[in-house]
Amino acid sequence: MIRFESITKTYPDGTVAVDSLDLEAPSGQITVLVGPSGCGKTTSLRMINRMIEPTSGRIWLDDRDTGRIPAAELRRGIGYVIQHAGLFPHRTIIDNVATVPYLLGWDKKKARTRAAELLEQVGLPAHFAKRYPAQLSGGQQQRVGVARALAADPPVMLMDEPFSAVDPVVRDQLQDEFLRLQSELGKTIVFVTHDIDEAIKLGDQVAVLRVGGRLAQLATPAELLNRPVDAFVAGFVGRDRGYRALAFSTAGRLSTREEPTVRLGAPVPAGTDDADGWLLVVNDADEPQGWLKLGESGADGEVVTDAMLHRGGTLAHQGGSLRAALDAALSSPSGRGVVVEEDGRLAGSLTASEVLALIENPLPQPEPQP
Amino acid sequence: MIGDVLTWLNDPAHWRDTRVDKGIPTQLQTHITFTLIALAIALALALPLGLFIGHTGRLTFLVTAANALRALPTVGVLVLLTVIISPHFHGRTDLGFVIPTEIVLVFLAVPPILSNTYAGVQNVSAAARDAAAGMGMTGTQVLRKVELPCSLPLIFSGFRSATLQVIATATVASYVTLGGLGAFIYDGLQQQDFPQMIGGGVLVALLALLADLLLATIQRYAVSRGISGRFSTKSVIPADAATAQVRTAEASTV
Ligand SMILES: Nc1ncnc2c1ncn2[C@@H]1O[C@H](COP(=O)(O)OP(=O)(O)O)[C@@H](O)[C@H]1O
Ligand SMILES: [Mg+2]
Repeated sequence: MIRFESITKTYPDGTVAVDSLDLEAPSGQITVLVGPSGCGKTTSLRMINRMIEPTSGRIWLDDRDTGRIPAAELRRGIGYVIQHAGLFPHRTIIDNVATVPYLLGWDKKKARTRAAELLEQVGLPAHFAKRYPAQLSGGQQQRVGVARALAADPPVMLMDEPFSAVDPVVRDQLQDEFLRLQSELGKTIVFVTHDIDEAIKLGDQVAVLRVGGRLAQLATPAELLNRPVDAFVAGFVGRDRGYRALAFSTAGRLSTREEPTVRLGAPVPAGTDDADGWLLVVNDADEPQGWLKLGESGADGEVVTDAMLHRGGTLAHQGGSLRAALDAALSSPSGRGVVVEEDGRLAGSLTASEVLALIENPLPQPEPQP
Repeated sequence: MIGDVLTWLNDPAHWRDTRVDKGIPTQLQTHITFTLIALAIALALALPLGLFIGHTGRLTFLVTAANALRALPTVGVLVLLTVIISPHFHGRTDLGFVIPTEIVLVFLAVPPILSNTYAGVQNVSAAARDAAAGMGMTGTQVLRKVELPCSLPLIFSGFRSATLQVIATATVASYVTLGGLGAFIYDGLQQQDFPQMIGGGVLVALLALLADLLLATIQRYAVSRGISGRFSTKSVIPADAATAQVRTAEASTV
C-alpha cells in the first residue's frame, strides 16, 4: 500500500505542482493517475521514490515513512519505468535488465539468470539478451524497461507514461501484456498517463487530477464513467463516455422479462399467440440454444430440431456489463436480448430500448470494494 | 626538395647523438616525454573537473574560461612564464625552462578535454540518467556506471585533439633551449638547413599520426559497441511486429 498524506509540492519558482494530496494506492492493484498535461502526475509519482522531495506531507509505504528511508535504498525496492525507457545504451539488454540485482550485490550469474527469465516474461526472444538498446525498436525497449523494473521483484512499481511514445497498435499490445503480467504478479502499481482510455483500460482505480495538483475524483473506471463528480471530470472523461461506459459499468441484476420457451426435441407448440412469432429454444439444462420462427418451417406439431434454429445473437450474463446486454439485444433475431445466469441457465430477455433506459438511468450500484 | 628531406632523414648520422648535437631518437624521446607529462597533467585536471561540472551542472563558467585559454599566444606566454619562473632555479637544472613549457602545453590540452568531457556528460540521455537514479544508483554510481561510459566517445575525441595539439606545440620547448623534435626545426631555420627543418616537421607529423592511431585503437576497445554502433552484421532491428509474432507463437504453445 502507498499512502499520500496531505502531500504538497511547491517548486522553487513558486509553481504548486501538487496541492495537499491524500491518496491511497492499495496493495496488489493498479492505481492510475490521469489528468491533463501539467497537472502534477509526474511530480506525484516521483515523490513516491523520492526523485522529488515533497514540500510538506508524508508518503507511506505500508507502515514505513518513505522520508526516513535512504533514497537509494528506497529506490532499489521500487520498480521504475519511464516514458522513453531510459535504457543504458552502453550495456547489453541482459545487463540492462540486471541493473538492480547488480546494485544489490547479486553475483553476476544469478543476476543474469534472473534477467533472462524476465526477458522471456515480457515477451522478448532469448537472443535479444546480447543486443544493445540501439538495436531495438521503441516498443521492444519499453518491454526491456519493464523487465528491468521487475528484476529484483519489487513489490511496488512506478510507471510514468510507459507506453505513450509507441505507436497505437504496439501500445495496445503492450497494455494487454502488461495486464497479463500484472495478473500473474499482483504488484502494487502507480501508473501515470494523460490518456483517459489507457487509464480506464488499466486501472483498478483511477485518480483524476486537475491542474494545480488537486485530486478531482478517485474511483473505479466504471464509477468514473457513470458518475463523474463534476464538469471537469466529465469533460476530461469525454463526451463519448456513455458508450465507453457500457463496457465497464456492470449492469447489476437486470430486471428481465420472462421469455416463453420450448425445449429442443419437444413438439412445436400449436397455436401460440406470440405476436412476433419468435420462440426461444432451450435444452434440457434450460440453456438457450437459439430462436425458432413459428410458422416458418411450416411445422405445426413437428419436433424442434437443431436445424430449425436461428443461432444469431450473443448472450448477456446477469452481472455482466451493459455493453454485453446491449450487444445481446442488438444481435438477437427477435430483438430481445437473451440474458443467462452465471451457470448458463436462462434468466430472461431484455430489449435494446430497455438497455438504453438503463444507460440513461443507471441502477444504484453497490459501492466498489476498496 | 623531397629527396633532400628523405636524405636528411635517412642519414645515419642524424640518428646518433654527437657531443654537440642530439640525434633523432633522443629528441623524439624528449618530445614524447614532454607530451606525456603535459597530457597526464591535463587529463588529471580536466577529466575529473569535466565530469563534476557535467554531473552537477555547477561551475559551468570554468568551461568557458578554459576555452578562453586557447586564445592565448603560446610563444608569448612561454616567454613570459620563463622570464618569471626561470630566475627561481639555479645550477644544473632545466626546470626553469621545463616548468613554463609544461604549463603552456597543459593550457593547450585542458580546454578540449574539459569541454568535451563536460559536453559528453551533458549529452547522456536525460532518460538514462533519470532511470539510473530512479533504480537506486547513488550520484557517484550514476557518474561511474552511466555518465562516464556514455561520454567516452566525446572524451576520447577531446583527448585526441589535445594530443595532436600538444605534440605539434611541444616544438616550442626548443625555443627555450630545451630539446625535442622542435630542435631540428629551429636549428634548421637558424642554419638555413631546410631539409633538416622540414625533416623535423615530418617527424612531428608522423608522431602525431601514430599517437592518434594508437588512441583510436584504444578507443575502439574502451567504448561500448552499444554506443559506437559497431554491432554484428547479423542483427538488424526487427519491427515490433516481429516480436508480436514471437509472442503469439509462444502463447499458442502454452
Ligand atoms: N523542476 C520544476 N521546476 C518548476 N516547475 C516544475 C518543475 N517540474 C514540473 N514543474 C511544473 O509543475 C507542474 C506539474 O508538472 P508535472 O508533474 O510534470 O505534470 P504532469 O506530469 O502531470 O504533466 C507543471 O506546471 C510543471 O510546469
Ligand atoms: Mg508527466
